[in-house]
Amino acid sequence: MKPRALLPLTVLTIFALLIVAACAPAAEEAAAPGGRLQLIKDRGKVICGCNAELIGFGYINPDGEFEGFDVDFCKALAAALFGDATKVEYRPLTAAERLPALQTGEIDVLIRNTTWTLTRDTANELDWAAVSFYDGQGMMVRTDSGYKTLDDMEGATVCCTTGTTTEMNLADAFRMRGVEYTPLLFESTQDTNTAYEEGRCDGETSDKSQLAALRSAMANPEDHIILDVTMSKEPLGPLTAHGDNQWNDVVRWVVWGMMEAEESGVNSQNVDAMLSSDNPTIKRLLGVEGEMGTSLGISDDFMVYVLKQVGNYQEVYMRHLGPEGIDIPRGPNELWNNGGLLYPMAWR
Amino acid sequence: MAVQPKILKPPPTEVGLLGWLKKNLFSTWYNVLLTIFSVIFIYFVSRAIITWVVRDARWEVVTTNFRVFMIGRYPREQAWRVLVSLGIIVFLAFLTWVSRRSKGNPIPRWLVIGWLLSFPLIGILLRGFSEESSFLPLVSEDIWSGLLLTLVLAIVGIVASFPLGVLLALGRRSKLPAIKVLCTVYIETIRGVPLISVLFMSQLMLPLFLPPEIRLGTVMRALTGITLFSAAYTAENVRGGLAAIPIGQYEAARAVGLNEALVMGLIVLPQALRAVIPTIVGQFISLFKDTTLVIIVGLLDLLGIAKSVTGQKEFIGLHKEVYAFAAVIFFICCFTMSYASRRLEQTLGVGER
Repeated sequence: MKPRALLPLTVLTIFALLIVAACAPAAEEAAAPGGRLQLIKDRGKVICGCNAELIGFGYINPDGEFEGFDVDFCKALAAALFGDATKVEYRPLTAAERLPALQTGEIDVLIRNTTWTLTRDTANELDWAAVSFYDGQGMMVRTDSGYKTLDDMEGATVCCTTGTTTEMNLADAFRMRGVEYTPLLFESTQDTNTAYEEGRCDGETSDKSQLAALRSAMANPEDHIILDVTMSKEPLGPLTAHGDNQWNDVVRWVVWGMMEAEESGVNSQNVDAMLSSDNPTIKRLLGVEGEMGTSLGISDDFMVYVLKQVGNYQEVYMRHLGPEGIDIPRGPNELWNNGGLLYPMAWR
Repeated sequence: MAVQPKILKPPPTEVGLLGWLKKNLFSTWYNVLLTIFSVIFIYFVSRAIITWVVRDARWEVVTTNFRVFMIGRYPREQAWRVLVSLGIIVFLAFLTWVSRRSKGNPIPRWLVIGWLLSFPLIGILLRGFSEESSFLPLVSEDIWSGLLLTLVLAIVGIVASFPLGVLLALGRRSKLPAIKVLCTVYIETIRGVPLISVLFMSQLMLPLFLPPEIRLGTVMRALTGITLFSAAYTAENVRGGLAAIPIGQYEAARAVGLNEALVMGLIVLPQALRAVIPTIVGQFISLFKDTTLVIIVGLLDLLGIAKSVTGQKEFIGLHKEVYAFAAVIFFICCFTMSYASRRLEQTLGVGER
């Protein structure tokens, strides 16, 4: 081809691209009428945004598969929708892109330790479905340091991850108490922990679940204690895009269903036997009676699949965060009738 | 009687190992001091490293997760496809090596065709056809991860950005104002922003620009970003090569009756590209390392997988081992590339005209 012929060709190509670009944006919304739930059903799998590097909550196991507490809720959703917990497409997301990914409809649901805050709820066009884990920012110190409360830590150096709410909460907590301290900031939780282990700081602050996990991995866990103080509330749970209430309801009731199952004593082992239970709550939960699933837009026996393939809340907790996992005391993540905060709404 | 000069051997302190030591390490008092300090420093550093590597490090996190590092989330029962792909590349590389070694000839044509064919072949092999296919079930590129993803991003990025970069370089030197302005604006825009923002744009904005029927996966989007980014830099490197070609070469080529395209294709470009091989390879090595940035758009390349592995509850706190392993792999890959480039420079005779 002669070089001279390139000019009209290039101009044409650019025009074609511009026209395509101008027409495109409208199409994304066009899929909306049936709602997200219909879209997911047609697609045949749930696209679940998750964390790929959080101890206990989301990571890749030696078989190359996603595993963790948050990941199990993705599986539960797939089990509820398709009767098959493997029908999930995991989309590992970083903190920076998780919310845009939900807003642009890239993912159906975000289950990635995202704290429920007012500004996120309003400004980012998101809806939380439920709280699946109550976390809080804590402080770990050496046992022999003698620190019992934050007030004792006058002049202490505290290791902390930079650029997170953790850093701001730390500043708030110490300023409120009028205690002087020196923050020592690191890019990742792992670096923060290494610095603490090497004795470069007197205390380490992070979410309590992470502190517990890091402590359990130390050479002598009993040399370190997590102070009985909570610097911030960190309610974590699954989110969906703002305004799609039908899909949000499904996510919410699957999470609550797993808590309800624990409350009623139904688990993956006894779910078949429980199908013939006389307890009216269990009958409704498992879809033997009533049309709970139908009103959500899914099958009535969806909880049977969730419980069989994933388990109830307790089983999920024990698998990843209990003694066989990273061993975090359940604390606020107990059921309401055991002194915790988990309170599934009435299943009727 | 002629005096037989007695040939004395040089004193043993001036030749051999001792001589070398004296000349290079102990020639003056400050060199002696420097040598002693260096030896002590090297001793302590290497002792700490060796103790850690041999005794303290818990390498089971690497051995257990070796497959995860290599192929990430690629299904286990399909792992043979990755091995076959690797086999094809190794085989072709071996053939190339043999054909270059036995005679100084250029690479035979059938081998070039083989290399060109291997790319789509490996692509099909890795990706498969459809989910129902029993022979090659679909393994969406979105779950490719680990070293596999790093290599795919780097190789496709390099191969795709090179021709694009050459075209951009030619465009920037074009006499047609529209093309010249377009290319210049493109190159300067891309060079004016960091790769991270290009990746973010390609991840979040690209879906808005494309028609809804074309839904690019996350890996494809990252690849687009990397290619567009790298092309701008290649273009500037190639332009440097083009600028180095003396005007006499153009005039001579025109004088023998070649048209503009042939002047470029036969005379100028070959010389220009040969001159910029070291720069281009340097840029590709840095591109290879830059692929780790895809971690911020949620892709699990080798480094992303390494991070993820540190989240396994059995191996909490073993991130030193994991990162050390990743670093070794990166070093091997980059060193191979720079070695190959030196070989290429030698055979093409860069700098000796």
